[in-house]
Amino acid sequence: MKEKFAASIIDVVEFRGEVTVTVKKDSIIDVLMFLKQSLQYNLLTDLTAVDYLGKKEDRFMMVYQLYSIPNKDCVRIKTPVSEADCRIPTATQVWRTANWLERETYDLFGITFDQHPDLRRILMTEDWVGHPLRKDYPLQGPDREPYKGRLS
Amino acid sequence: MGVDNPLGENIITTSLDKLVNWSRKSSIWPMTFGLACCAIEMMATGASHNDLDRFGIIFRASPRQSDCIIIAGTVTKKMLPVIKTVYEQMPEPKWVVAMGACACSGGIFDTYSVVQGIDEALPVDVYIPGCPPRPEALLFGLLKLQDKIWNDKNSFGSAIGLGTRIDGATA
Repeated sequence: MKEKFAASIIDVVEFRGEVTVTVKKDSIIDVLMFLKQSLQYNLLTDLTAVDYLGKKEDRFMMVYQLYSIPNKDCVRIKTPVSEADCRIPTATQVWRTANWLERETYDLFGITFDQHPDLRRILMTEDWVGHPLRKDYPLQGPDREPYKGRLS
Repeated sequence: MGVDNPLGENIITTSLDKLVNWSRKSSIWPMTFGLACCAIEMMATGASHNDLDRFGIIFRASPRQSDCIIIAGTVTKKMLPVIKTVYEQMPEPKWVVAMGACACSGGIFDTYSVVQGIDEALPVDVYIPGCPPRPEALLFGLLKLQDKIWNDKNSFGSAIGLGTRIDGATA
């Protein structure tokens, strides 16, 4: 994989037997497709995002947890998504499981998945305003005074 | 041989209100409606060891046959319209029991997605604290509800269209 996608790989980390590969957003679908078809990572265990508000240049980090049932091996693929261009190609063309997982990520983080077959909110109500898992979303909701501690 | 006495000594006199109140409080039929872990305690209360049936409290699977709804658990904002619909489908008179910390005040879920107490939407008659309340606490709450129904005024009159029922807690 390193040879095939040398230009797109940003970082490879191995920590306590867990391999994490960070790739560029442009080639994410090519990487995922290669992992599924050539390296037999046939199960998308989880797909989610992390909000690094104020901590990284690119605000969001997409995380794909993959598992290979024939090889019994895990790998984690990450790709940065900037707030200005908050969209990424959908992984439903690789694993159909990604459908609902991407809806969840869209619902809670506001990341748009291009060419997703059915991109609607999945957890919050359809008329909900905002994306609650973003770090700048008020914990107790936008219409309430935030809790400042018991003694304040 | 004297006057026939077909009923023997089995005559009592009462007021119509008390008769109606007695029948209502002796057959509270709660809606089968569980939201979270409180529902497990509610089921335990209904099961053989605590046995709600001995108070005439029988869970009904349809709001149209119920006169009480036990809000047993965390009410999310997404669930609230459903609860409102179920409540509106219940015939009058109807009572609401807020069971547990979440239904009373939102409990530990002080977040954007949780209703901070069901009394924001429904008129609550009995609040039962606890997280979750034990079956004994739920029983005590339901007995309090029975006391409240027993003290209702004009329950017969309102049933035949004369005036309104005066709630037991304020009467």
